[in-house]
Amino acid sequence: MSLLFGKLTLAALPHEWFTIAGTVSMMLGGLGVALFLTYYKRWKWLWTEWLTSTDPKRIGIMYFVVASLMLARGALDAGMIWLQQALSVGSSHGYLSADHFQQIFTAHGAIMVFFVTMGFLSGLINYIMPLQIGARDVASPLLNTLSFWLYVAGAVLINLFFVFGGEFAATGWLSIAPLSGIEFSPGVGVDYWIWSLQISGLGSLLAGVNFIVTILKMRAPGMTLMRMPMFVWTSLSSMVLVVSVFPILAMTLILLTLDRQFGTHFFTSGFGGNPMLYTNLIWSWGHPEVYILMIPAFGVYSEVVSTFSQKKLFSYKSLVVAAILITLLSVLVWLHHFFTMGAGANVNAFFGIMTGVIAIPTGVQVFTWLATMYKGKINFKQPMLWFVGFICTFTLGGVAGVMLGIPGIDFQVHNSLFLVAHFHTMAIGGALFGIFCGITYWFPKITGFMLNERLGKYAFWSWIVGFFVSFMPLYILGFMGAPRRLDHYDASLGWQWLFIVAGFGFLIICLGAALQVLQIIVSVIQRKESMDVTGDPWNGRTLEWATSSPPPVYNFAIIPEVRDRDAFWDMKQYAVIARSAADEAILSESRLPRPSDALGARNDTQKITYKDIVMPKNTAIGIYISACTFFFGFAFVWHIWWLVIASAIGAIVCLIVRSFDEETEYVITAVEVEKIESINKSSTFPM
Amino acid sequence: MQKPDLQITQHNDSKTILGFWVYLMTDLIMFAVLFATYAALKTSTFGGPGPSELFSLNGALAETLILLTSSFTCGLAMLAAHRQNKNQTIIWFLVTLALGLTFLGLELKEFSQLIAEGHTWQKSAFLSSFFALVSTHGLHIAIGSLWIVVAIKQIYSRGLTPFITSKLTRLSLFWHFLDIVWIFIFTIVYLMAKV
Ligand code: HEM
Ligand SMILES: [Cu+2]
Repeated sequence: MSLLFGKLTLAALPHEWFTIAGTVSMMLGGLGVALFLTYYKRWKWLWTEWLTSTDPKRIGIMYFVVASLMLARGALDAGMIWLQQALSVGSSHGYLSADHFQQIFTAHGAIMVFFVTMGFLSGLINYIMPLQIGARDVASPLLNTLSFWLYVAGAVLINLFFVFGGEFAATGWLSIAPLSGIEFSPGVGVDYWIWSLQISGLGSLLAGVNFIVTILKMRAPGMTLMRMPMFVWTSLSSMVLVVSVFPILAMTLILLTLDRQFGTHFFTSGFGGNPMLYTNLIWSWGHPEVYILMIPAFGVYSEVVSTFSQKKLFSYKSLVVAAILITLLSVLVWLHHFFTMGAGANVNAFFGIMTGVIAIPTGVQVFTWLATMYKGKINFKQPMLWFVGFICTFTLGGVAGVMLGIPGIDFQVHNSLFLVAHFHTMAIGGALFGIFCGITYWFPKITGFMLNERLGKYAFWSWIVGFFVSFMPLYILGFMGAPRRLDHYDASLGWQWLFIVAGFGFLIICLGAALQVLQIIVSVIQRKESMDVTGDPWNGRTLEWATSSPPPVYNFAIIPEVRDRDAFWDMKQYAVIARSAADEAILSESRLPRPSDALGARNDTQKITYKDIVMPKNTAIGIYISACTFFFGFAFVWHIWWLVIASAIGAIVCLIVRSFDEETEYVITAVEVEKIESINKSSTFPM
Repeated sequence: MQKPDLQITQHNDSKTILGFWVYLMTDLIMFAVLFATYAALKTSTFGGPGPSELFSLNGALAETLILLTSSFTCGLAMLAAHRQNKNQTIIWFLVTLALGLTFLGLELKEFSQLIAEGHTWQKSAFLSSFFALVSTHGLHIAIGSLWIVVAIKQIYSRGLTPFITSKLTRLSLFWHFLDIVWIFIFTIVYLMAKV
């Protein structure tokens, strides 16, 4: 039996209330989706149009779907944490055991970082970045689907403990050693944590390689590095960080696995192992990771602030320099996460100073955005609201961060709720707001219709009010000495009311999230009235607005030529001049590059000649390989060695088979392109 | 019919090569972590023998020479590929493969000797880090060898088309990269054990 199933026995099946609840709700959800697909006969459609798609736009949308589901899971965890902390005072011990409470905050942190924020950002980069650089695809479509499916495999794995095993890691989101070693965490929880991070991390790493090559090699003619939109610059910075630090995470997790399953002694407390080594390694990934999440959000804000102020960015160059500096500096500050762990005064001083220095380029960005708004014609649509909300939270979080970066202060508030409040200010007020900002901004591009404005405003106000109500009490609690990860405290401390207030904040946040769901539903229902037929609803400046909404598979029927930093803005100016010259001949005979296809199409007098377009075919190889990887991880968790070997062979065979395949592309003929272009102007989301 | 718009295919080769370089850099960082781990744990022998007692320079030197030669023959294979000489390419890749497998054999022999003498990776942090570093490199060589086998099959059945030679370029980059990593292992693990 143990040969066949490893450590997996019937006892691992769900039998506690939360594993049963988790399993049942996952099964009901799956059943619902399956029934829906069967009833509407959509299985084949799902497989050919979506799951096997190599179109980065489709992949981007799939990222959004999975990340939204994971956001619901992470928020549920947050609510459970809050409820326990509000209830568990004095003689009452709340409704969770200490161990279960620990599992919840571990899962919450890991899910929010890896599967929510990373997922949404990957989705945005997939959808928007190729459009912004005027490309039709990413460098390797195959790698792109593989990255996505590895992310999905990780997401499934992190939820699988509900069904098999019944316990998750109780070690905190970074599973610091030696606590995460086999001696102190003998169950499968840490293994689930390891493999879901390992697999989704591999996906991120591959995506990083892919996006870097895409940005460096596939920009439209004329788009020099210094003409790239800020979102492209920040995606590049973020992906450079990904390829620099995710290998560290991968190797650290491998070493931890070796410790746990093969008896090595890297991070154990005996046999010469060195737990501090783990702390250093994991944070030298972990700190850059928070910048990996933040930097693309900076790019989103730059795009939004410039579009909605109807001005070009105040100082594009300083934003580029800031992004690069932040990228470089962020790998030099990891030690500020453990000033208290005995590195000594000089080392602490160095890392404290570096942490302070990183605030400078960050501050420069804020002033650049404000200067862009100055004297602009500001249009306070939803994306702009998220941006303004971000400026408020980010300033607060930045000040708190600089305080934490001073070793003397950190000794007072280390591991307190002050820290928790700080990083949520950054994670929610910075990264998550940036994601919402980007989604509301690009929503018409993605779907072809506008997002309901009024519900969006309500959602925004709920989020920001909820955020402050939820996290201001944590700042105060931190100053009062409340440690993080607290599952019980004494009544005489007088903390309870603050925890209760924080909980109400959480409920307001939930209201915001519910309003967002409602907003999307209402917008879909009312889409007929709010079509974006122009492809350019905000009077945009960058190339993604130059094509129709939603863009055709190939993004641009004719690859645009770029003459300016705000490429599309420039084309529009140019078209105005040409038209006012009232002489189409000037336009057609001039040597200047042509305006984009979309403009050309709108300018009906001109006849455009299309060419055949080569596009990548769909492929299921990504799904197969990541399925093998998933079983590989699962088998490792349960020590099912035959499955480890079988799935490794499976993955390798898939790779080899694919390497023989030369027919990975197909041609859309010029005639078809012309047909698509003529109807595309009025189409909506690919339903 | 008009010529297809080649935006996608045109740069394919330079794209994959750049992508492969970036991948190699990520692999290098993984090795850097292992080197750092080895450096940090080298003295944590937990009372057992340390590097200077355990490692023999002769074996490592033989492995180094074999791997260097294999890098050379891999280069010869690439030259033959550029001359479109199918048979020579296959032969030189076979030689490279043989050398790679010999290297692996020697490494496994060293490991089994250590284990037979009781110096397993469970004995101390130092031994854990030694086995992790050296066997990760060995695993790469094994993967590279498998890749050579596949490549030979591809050359054999498809000939030296641009599609295949582009793959061969990446293979040879990989192989040379492993050589460079080994030079570091040889220096840091074996040579420095003796000084
Ligand atoms: C939906 C709104 C959110 C709420 C209400 C919330 C609430 C909480 C609470 C109450 C804790 C436990 C604090 C403690 O240690 O006592 C926590 C921990 C944490 N949260 Fe959130 N959170 C939210 C969103 C996020 C997001 C978006 C991220 C990251 C991108 C995030 C990352 C983390 C991390 C890393 C931890 C630490 C887990 C650990 O201690 O190991 N959270 N959160
Ligand atoms: Cu940090």
